[in-house]
Amino acid sequence: MLEIKGVTAGYGDFTALFNADIEVKAGEAVAVIGPNGAGKSTLMRAISGMIPLKGGAVTMEGQDTRSIPPHKIVELGIAHVPENRRLFPRMSVEENLRVGCYAPPFRAKFSERLEFVYELFPRMKERRDQLAGTMSGGEQQMCAIGRALMSDPKILLMDEPSAGLAPVIVQQVFDLIRRIRSDGLTVLIVEQNVQQVLKVVDRAYLLEAGSIRHSGSSEELLGSEDIRKAYIGV
Amino acid sequence: MEFLSEYVFSVFFVETLLNGLLYGGVLALLSLGLNLIFGVIDVVWICYAELVMLGMYTIYFMHVFYGLPLIPAALIAVLVVAVLGVVLHKVVINHVLGKAPINQLLATGGVLFFLQSIATLFFGVEFLSLGVSLGSFQLSEDIYMSTSQFVAFLVAAGAVVAMYLFLSRSYMGAAIRAISQDRDIMILMGVDANRLYGITSAIGGGLAGLAACLLSLQFDVHPFVGISFGPIVFMICVMGGLGNMVGGFLAAFVFAELIAIGGYFADLEWGTVLAFCVFVITMFIRPEGLFARKS
Amino acid sequence: MILAAAALVAVPFIGVPPYWLHIMIVILIWSFAYTGWSVMGRFGLVSLGHGAFMGIGAYGTALLWNHAGLTPWIGIPISLLLAAAFALLIGYPCFKYRIIGHYFALVTLALSVIIGQVIVATRDHTGGSLGYTPEPHGGEGFSIYALQFPEKAHFYLIALGAWVIGLIIWRAVDRSMARYALEAISEDEDASAAVGVQVTKEKLKITVLSAVMTAFAGAMYCQYQLFVSPDTVAGVGISLQIVFAVVAGGIYTQFGPTVGAIITIVLAEVLRINIGELEHLLGFRPFGLDNTIYGIMLVLFIIFLPKGVLGTFLEKYLRPAKA
Repeated sequence: MLEIKGVTAGYGDFTALFNADIEVKAGEAVAVIGPNGAGKSTLMRAISGMIPLKGGAVTMEGQDTRSIPPHKIVELGIAHVPENRRLFPRMSVEENLRVGCYAPPFRAKFSERLEFVYELFPRMKERRDQLAGTMSGGEQQMCAIGRALMSDPKILLMDEPSAGLAPVIVQQVFDLIRRIRSDGLTVLIVEQNVQQVLKVVDRAYLLEAGSIRHSGSSEELLGSEDIRKAYIGV
Repeated sequence: MEFLSEYVFSVFFVETLLNGLLYGGVLALLSLGLNLIFGVIDVVWICYAELVMLGMYTIYFMHVFYGLPLIPAALIAVLVVAVLGVVLHKVVINHVLGKAPINQLLATGGVLFFLQSIATLFFGVEFLSLGVSLGSFQLSEDIYMSTSQFVAFLVAAGAVVAMYLFLSRSYMGAAIRAISQDRDIMILMGVDANRLYGITSAIGGGLAGLAACLLSLQFDVHPFVGISFGPIVFMICVMGGLGNMVGGFLAAFVFAELIAIGGYFADLEWGTVLAFCVFVITMFIRPEGLFARKS
Repeated sequence: MILAAAALVAVPFIGVPPYWLHIMIVILIWSFAYTGWSVMGRFGLVSLGHGAFMGIGAYGTALLWNHAGLTPWIGIPISLLLAAAFALLIGYPCFKYRIIGHYFALVTLALSVIIGQVIVATRDHTGGSLGYTPEPHGGEGFSIYALQFPEKAHFYLIALGAWVIGLIIWRAVDRSMARYALEAISEDEDASAAVGVQVTKEKLKITVLSAVMTAFAGAMYCQYQLFVSPDTVAGVGISLQIVFAVVAGGIYTQFGPTVGAIITIVLAEVLRINIGELEHLLGFRPFGLDNTIYGIMLVLFIIFLPKGVLGTFLEKYLRPAKA
């Protein structure tokens, strides 16, 4: 469904990602793991259009994302939950969710999607009028995921969903991801918490210093000595 | 005691207070536009009053020269200034977004110069009056209110309410508020940031155009008319907290009353001086603005 | 360098026609004013209200002379003190409470408008918008007591002296510890405070210096032209003109403001002289053409040449050699 071929991207003169090749089939859950600064967020941003591609192509269900203006990429069905949540702090939960439904094709389904998100996150419904900036980290993460889900996406990109969260909350987040998956949503997750994420996804890529070094199923990676030493058990 | 009965309780004083209230309505409208632009795009249109000035010229020409009735003339003026707002943004502001404040201030300052002088070149320095007199009506025994001021107040109040509803209830309003809080991720929401800035500029311009129509009911237009209320609007916005629309709204009325009161006791210019002194004192007490939220 | 200095001093004595002398005097006076502004402006303390200080300097001197009979020898220092007082009055709350950038510019803008308004409001004493003239003293008008020098040559030397002093002050600031403190402040106020820089005090010092310099230029202007009006020395127009000139000349360089003065004065004169022909060409009297051009140039300069003429020139041609 989603194909990243030879993608090179960066910021200004600085290139953070070199020739990345990634594939995500419909219904799959794929992870991209790697150390800090490896270029994982850059990858996400290149896919969702936040930064331009310096080389290569991103194709969603056959459609090349370079052929449309970046703000229309979300209409292809790619929803991105950014690093650090990035909610609108002085707007309420419900208003945040509403902005997630901004693009004209999505508006008709607003009430439907709102119900869906509130059903998935009852706590969000309780706090619907609360200012997003006043919520705890875990709640903000829920809200950010909910906001991305408002556009009824085909694939959900999640950038470090566990970052900065207490272990208990991290567990909740990954349980949530499992639940979203079981509803049939395709997921591409970038994570530092290798142990947790490999339990949730089918496959994973290893990204180091801007290049894909390794890829394989979760079992393979969990079993690999090198990976274990470098990333797990840290 | 004598002072009180002669000054404070005099009908003229009450009328002055009322006039202040009405003037405040238009100032509130102006500060709304300025705050919108600053809150969303993070630029101060130093030339805002000059945009109003051009709006006043537009309605003058439409009504007096081309003989259009007031309402269509006003609509055209609003549209013209809205377009000017977008042009200002695309031609000038775009190039200084994200640069140091001095660059932005000077860029719009340059436009201020330019607009004042273009107006002088094309329209001359004479004071031009819209020539509309709506008379006054009686509020109670002895107290009269100018109809045009009252109309101005109603329209301004209506516009402010409409803006409030727009920003809080519509998708675009939500997007406009959102982009001021986090511009970079707006693209993930399917928002074209440049287009939204353009729309915001159009709204800011439109508000200026509307204010221009209301001001024309009472004031003549000339190239430097912006100086009589421009700096006041800035002070209002700063006092209310730059970018804070509610704060600016309230501050507008405070200011208008101060100017009216000052003008009542002495020459008109002293009204502005009084307002400025109060402004400076507020700066001492609460510099972020009386109603500012810490951001 | 010495040659240039000697040439400048010799100018009035080698038979330069009075008109050119007049132009040079005006350029020198405005250069001093612009340099005064740039002393603050280069550190990001952008004031849109320096017209106010100039007005205080000009009107203060004139009013004290005409109404209180105070010789400008005393009147000017008093006006300077007044300007300093205003600078402190506005600067203190602004700096103590970290009002910078947009807020600060708007507050200073308001200040200059208010001073303009006060001048107009006190029209009975100041002549309002019509302008004001300090009364001539003595017979032919020459008077050291009244600081009136009808001979352009004399005033030229005074203006030249002032200009040089202005440049020396600029250089002194540039070399001082204050410069580094202020640059640090403009980068990051909190960090500077953390390393012990007394932010408010430094900002106040430079603001007062800047205000006093500009006020002095106003006083000089008053004594030279012997006529002041709100449009020529105070108000928003002047404030913006000051900023434009410095930006166009080069805000970070010593001679930038002077270059800016040359640009603005020459432009104004060219337009003034050719106004007859332009009227012929355009079919109407082009009032305000100079400001139109200022406006366009300011915008263009800010977008394309933010370092000004001199600044960009220096960068392009001198830096590579240094490296």
